[in-house]
Amino acid sequence: MYDINHIYEAKSVEDAVRLRMEQPQATIIAGGSDLLISIRAGDLAGCDLISIYMIDELRGVSLDDDGTIRIGSLTSFAALTKDDIIQKHVPVLGEAADKVGGPQIRNIGTIGGNTCNGVTSADTASTLMAYDAIIELTGSEGKRLVPIEEFYLGAKRVDLRPDEIQSAILIRPESYQGYEGYYYKYAMRGAMDIATSGCSVNVKLSEDKKTIVDARICYGVAGPIPMRTRSAEQAVKGLPVSKETVEAFAAGALQDVNPRTSWRATKEFRLHIQGELARRCLTESINRAGGVWS
Amino acid sequence: MEVGKCLKRVDAFDKVTGRAKYTDDMCPKHAYVTRILHSTIAHGRVLSIDTSEAEKIEGVVKVLTCFDVPDIPFPTAGHPWTTVPAHQDVADRKLLNEHVRHYGDEVAAVVAEDYVAADRAIRALKVEYEEYPFVIDPIEAAKEGAPVIHPERQDNNILAHSDIRIGNYQEAIKEPGLIKVEGWYYTPTVQHAHIENHICYAYQEQGGRMTVVTSTQIPHIVRRVVAQALGWSWGKVRIIKPYVGGGFGNKQDALYEPLCAWLSLQVGGHPVKLDVSREETFVNNRVRHAMPCHIISWVRPDGTFAARKFELWSDQGAYASHGHSVAGKALGSYPQIYPCDNIEADAWTVYTNKPTAGAMRAYGMPQATFHNECHVEEIVTKLNLDPVEFRRKNSMPVGYYDDFSKNELYHDSFNDCLDKAIELIDYDRKFELYKNQTGPVRRGIGTSLFWYNTAVWPISIETSSCRMIMNQDGSIQLMTGETEIGQGCDTVFAQMAADTVGLKVEDVHVVTNQDTDVTPYGAGAYASRQTYVGGFAIKQTGELLKEKILGHAHTLTRMPVDILDIVEGNIVRKTDNRVLMSLGELATKILYDFELSEHMAAESTYSVKSNAYSFGVSIAEVEVDIPLCKVELLNIVNVHDCGILINPPLAEAQVHGGMSMGIGFGLYEELLVDKKTGRVLNDNLLDYKLCTTMDHPDLMVDFAENPEPTSPFGTKALGEPPACSPAPAIRNAILHATGVAINSLPINPHKLFAAFTEAGLFETL
Ligand SMILES: Cc1cc2nc3c(=O)[nH]c(=O)nc-3n(C[C@H](O)[C@H](O)[C@H](O)COP(=O)(O)OP(=O)(O)OC[C@H]3O[C@@H](n4cnc5c(N)ncnc54)[C@H](O)[C@@H]3O)c2cc1C
Repeated sequence: MYDINHIYEAKSVEDAVRLRMEQPQATIIAGGSDLLISIRAGDLAGCDLISIYMIDELRGVSLDDDGTIRIGSLTSFAALTKDDIIQKHVPVLGEAADKVGGPQIRNIGTIGGNTCNGVTSADTASTLMAYDAIIELTGSEGKRLVPIEEFYLGAKRVDLRPDEIQSAILIRPESYQGYEGYYYKYAMRGAMDIATSGCSVNVKLSEDKKTIVDARICYGVAGPIPMRTRSAEQAVKGLPVSKETVEAFAAGALQDVNPRTSWRATKEFRLHIQGELARRCLTESINRAGGVWS
Repeated sequence: MEVGKCLKRVDAFDKVTGRAKYTDDMCPKHAYVTRILHSTIAHGRVLSIDTSEAEKIEGVVKVLTCFDVPDIPFPTAGHPWTTVPAHQDVADRKLLNEHVRHYGDEVAAVVAEDYVAADRAIRALKVEYEEYPFVIDPIEAAKEGAPVIHPERQDNNILAHSDIRIGNYQEAIKEPGLIKVEGWYYTPTVQHAHIENHICYAYQEQGGRMTVVTSTQIPHIVRRVVAQALGWSWGKVRIIKPYVGGGFGNKQDALYEPLCAWLSLQVGGHPVKLDVSREETFVNNRVRHAMPCHIISWVRPDGTFAARKFELWSDQGAYASHGHSVAGKALGSYPQIYPCDNIEADAWTVYTNKPTAGAMRAYGMPQATFHNECHVEEIVTKLNLDPVEFRRKNSMPVGYYDDFSKNELYHDSFNDCLDKAIELIDYDRKFELYKNQTGPVRRGIGTSLFWYNTAVWPISIETSSCRMIMNQDGSIQLMTGETEIGQGCDTVFAQMAADTVGLKVEDVHVVTNQDTDVTPYGAGAYASRQTYVGGFAIKQTGELLKEKILGHAHTLTRMPVDILDIVEGNIVRKTDNRVLMSLGELATKILYDFELSEHMAAESTYSVKSNAYSFGVSIAEVEVDIPLCKVELLNIVNVHDCGILINPPLAEAQVHGGMSMGIGFGLYEELLVDKKTGRVLNDNLLDYKLCTTMDHPDLMVDFAENPEPTSPFGTKALGEPPACSPAPAIRNAILHATGVAINSLPINPHKLFAAFTEAGLFETL
């Protein structure tokens, strides 16, 4: 039995925005797979909720005319993984979503909730950040677009204004065309776990597949929010596809990450794993892109 | 014959369709609910609890604190009672405790109309504590000057110590040419994590008697403990046990039934439900004893033992529960599996300010098996011997006899099991193939033996009762004191009863719900005892019933009894196999006959005065990704000699479950306690890394069916044994793959990182 005072059911995005303004004390609930945990723990006892879960217009993936991939915020992990557009253009995002929890959670959990929850371990967040995704927020004054790196303000804090909901996540064509990526979720067991560290890498290779034109890397659980390690990205741009390049990439990544020791893992262990993940994810991304090793 | 057949479980249909009723399904809707307030210090005293705000909350019925409970310390362990005071379980806790002995100890309870009210009331309670220093390491806790956890006991935290002395250790080590092998081995605190958390509800009826409906493994024992805790006479308490969603030993303790009964009394006997959360299951139920063990072996170059020394520390946590019985069992196992003429072995069970340890599947043996099998592997490595040959040569020989339990190794069980396991997993080829690997990803294969007792004789009584009631249609109702908790005993009992009386198994109706008002006495589900012990009572009672039936058959058919038999529910004349009448005809006639009328039933108690060795082996094959500090379990096989299988698929399922637990113990699970506060850090299934189906290979199982001569059905322990040997087999496989010996469980990536770093393995890649 959950200690919930009242639930307001939004019928449309406008309705949700109106409820946001009328009930400023209320919290948005989508799939509830993060929120209900907090309510059960007593953190939000007696809360008011605005449910957006029935707003079907927020579900599904589509391609805009300019090639932008538009992911509705209520799209579930399972739907994301199975989606044709995702499989064709950013399969790594579908694979990352498929690493979440177990089948039940992948059916109820949404990509909007995964990002708005503001945690560093969120399995889709590092891939979205590694693809320079744009967060679309809808409020009383219409839509606002924020790059995902700016959307994350700090642990459990995102740039969501009191009258807004997150309506979609966008990936621009220049961010995904020609890129191949790979995500590794490092966890203590094969399912139903939160990442000890996650790493998402993608690369764009030269025409002859021998040189790295661009590489991007983002970690989960390397800091309070998902973290791009730009030293790694800079280090390999223009370098040949080789073992040395992979090593330079890992060394660059380790310059930027700043994991903490907690009871869940020591800093030394996290650093070791993060270095190894950079190597494996870059190697696998290059292989997926048809890279020719020297 | 029904015994030995692959029969469907008697409860399969009800469980699959959701008709099987568990405790919560039976609880009346108007029952009050309960929440418990847990201490936020590890050790100290409750000075005061301000309940005034909590009592004002709408829906709160009553708030009760440690200052309200009866001043009656009681024991919780699920052991049969003994009339010998020195052997009685330690009574060291009250219903709620003013003296707080671990972080999360129970200090107050709220009874309310619903959980929202109860939770709000819990948050509104204000507690003032006096804090004492605390200790969470058993070896530290046993030292002079450690914080005393039970000052009422004059034992400085050492709940008990026991020892074994064989030959003369000090003299034996003087033999020239001996090689000394020494190590410390550590097994962590883990929890049972059964699916159905503990739950019970209590109410008064029938002139003040107290009924508790509960998810328990031990209804008759719980009745006694509830009565003791309330200071009542035992007959006034009634325990009902519906279907149970697993227990693994955690429910072999009176967990909350005494408190729930007392809470109901405080609200006029109204039904009160106590439904424990997963967090409470981890912190306030029972856990497996963590056990560090120090072993020294003096070995001759040919790999035979000259002398051995064991020092075992058992982490009891805050309250005695099963106490030293667990370490005692572990200690007793060391000299038996690898016999040696000179042994010095000591075990200490020590209180710490941690969750209470109690019974958990295999009761100290997974710990002892890990200690000993790691150590043996160290000997093998140091002396460059073959691990399997060493085990064949040094393990308990055929004909071995233990003077205390009177157990004997009648068959060549270890070799039988090893031979099968080796073939199933293709051991010999892989063992050679995986020698001297280099590179970041390596494979290995490792072995472990174990032995186990069946039931607890001669430490405790092994008494089991059975009642069979004949229906007019020739079927019977079967009641035993033994408890179905998911393991399948109702099904094997039905098979045994069918064969003894001469019925088809579908004509045996097992009364699965137990009610201490009507269920005959039995000790319950623990010690892998029920199939063995229950078998004696069923056989004896079935024969009594059969005698009665044949007596009536003689009257009705005028044939001499000795040429009559009961076969598949018919009275048969043995001389020509003619069916003379069906049991249904006989039973109807006998019940309704003006002259002969009798309601046919039989009841008897059997007190078993024997025990039986059960044996087995695990072989595990792993792949170790060294840079990622990850182990993948590729294959694992368990082969058991548990005597004759009563129902092969049920036996196999039992082994699967035990192996899974062993895998968790080996690679994943550990309950972590914060050194600064004493708080359990991972009291939930996210942070407590129970392994998932994704972490299991297909589990291979086989049996060496050597009949157990003492059992009427040739059977012996299988419930707990499968959990004993997987972890050391996995550990030995990792050693084989990497050359790195890890002596502390679980072997998770954190441990591997530290061990590989220390061994300098990363630099060699
Ligand atoms: C058993 C279990 C396993 C899990 N395993 C994983 C895992 O492996 N990996 C992982 O990343 N996560 C995991 N999670 C966490 C969770 O499922 C995900 O974070 C999920 O994406 C949350 O989505 P939701 O729709 O359920 O969010 P909710 O719980 O409904 O909301 C989460 C937060 O986001 C806000 N919010 C949600 N949608 C919007 C919106 N459109 N606009 C504005 N604010 C919004 C809510 O107010 C709330 O603060 C697990 C959870 C459980 C219970």
